[in-house]
Amino acid sequence: MIGFWTLFYKELLRFWKVAFQTVGAPVLTALLYLLIFGHVLDEHVVVHGVRYTSFLIPGLVMMQVLQNAFANSSSSLIQAKITGSIVFVLLPPIPYGAFFTAYVLASVARGLMVGVGVLLATLWFADLQVAAPLWVLAFAVLGGAILGALGMIAGLWSEKFDQLAAFQNFLIMPLTMLSGVFYSIHSLPAFWQRVSHYNPVFFMIDGFRYGFFGVSDVAPEVSLAVVVACFAAVSLLTLGLLKRGWKLRA
Amino acid sequence: MTAAVSIIDVVKNFGALQALAGVSLEIDKGEFFGLLGPNGAGKTTLISALAGLVRADSGRLSVLGHDVVRDYRQARRLLGVVPQEIVFDPFFSVRETLRIQSGYFGLRHNDDWIDEILENLDLAGKADVNMRRLSGGMKRRVLVAQALVHKPPVIVLDEPTAGVDVELRQGLWQFVRRLNNEGHTIILTTHYLEEAEALCGRIALMKQGRIIALDSTANLMAAHPGGTLEDVFVRTMNQ
Repeated sequence: MIGFWTLFYKELLRFWKVAFQTVGAPVLTALLYLLIFGHVLDEHVVVHGVRYTSFLIPGLVMMQVLQNAFANSSSSLIQAKITGSIVFVLLPPIPYGAFFTAYVLASVARGLMVGVGVLLATLWFADLQVAAPLWVLAFAVLGGAILGALGMIAGLWSEKFDQLAAFQNFLIMPLTMLSGVFYSIHSLPAFWQRVSHYNPVFFMIDGFRYGFFGVSDVAPEVSLAVVVACFAAVSLLTLGLLKRGWKLRA
Repeated sequence: MTAAVSIIDVVKNFGALQALAGVSLEIDKGEFFGLLGPNGAGKTTLISALAGLVRADSGRLSVLGHDVVRDYRQARRLLGVVPQEIVFDPFFSVRETLRIQSGYFGLRHNDDWIDEILENLDLAGKADVNMRRLSGGMKRRVLVAQALVHKPPVIVLDEPTAGVDVELRQGLWQFVRRLNNEGHTIILTTHYLEEAEALCGRIALMKQGRIIALDSTANLMAAHPGGTLEDVFVRTMNQ
């Protein structure tokens, strides 16, 4: 267990030492989104019975939780692989399950830290109530864990920084931006509503938002079931890759 | 008696390249063993297979009787490896690096031993300096320190003195000799043949994935009277 705790602590320390970049910057980005979209739309749009700025905040929080959880594990692995420092975790007797758990938990921690930062920074702009805090926590943790595990897959697969950037820009970014962060899917045409249901990030955002407003596009139990299934699938895949030493041990 | 390292008929191919072509070798406990050969001979691949960084296509490797695949956790606990490339984690100081490495091996509160290693490797004054700020030679010494944090009974040094100045090299060998005298098995690869000649009790010469000579240093030298290990090396490689 000491090996696991050390790896987890190392991963926490890694992003905390550059917190200005890993925590501060995403909070500022979310704040800019809120200022621009909130200013333009707040007086014109009401969603689920709440003003647009209030509707937008949980979406922005969750978007940053997810993107930063992904960024944490993926950047850690790709940096370690490219610099060669990955040997320091491959030489010791750390089981692959501990390896997986440490990276995913550290990703969740960074995601939650950024999420809380965004929430605190944006609370000045809207009166936000939390209807069901456990749902908020459950979706934030599970969503961060899924993206943390996906970040591990991306970090393992990538051999160069541009491959990781492609994974991030062409998969993670569209999935999060087209997941209902900025809108309710009921405002979309029927076809795109159906397409949205194939995007697991939609269920993470929608379930998370339910925790704030008590209303959502789909029932939170359905969203939770989808998110738990995704977590199980991504975790099994990542554990399988780690067990094989895929792209880690020649 | 269980060998410190046992390697039985190990084969490793990278695509069409045969890096190890059925290598067998046994190294006894307490030996100071030299693994020599030109670049591309397979030394680092063999060490990597022993450390679990590379998976052999066939054959078996074990450290103090523990199979490096089936019983990998115990095998890795018993092995300390100094990698050939200078690698480091730029986020941490020297002391943080060594504490983290200790933790990976299940050791907490390892500062007494860390201090001793730092002292012996002349790194005590750099303990709280970030790894990025160290010279190449100092980074290499930290790599040696990382391999020693868990006091492994078997220590593999893959070209540990490349880029290290003479004074520091002598300090390093003094420390490694002390570890060897205390019972640690040392496996050394180096291109500095005079170091191997002075330190190693037994030497294996590798070429194209095979061991082409294996004997005590004294016997290898006796086969070429009046010559140095470099002469023995050149003649053996050209045979």
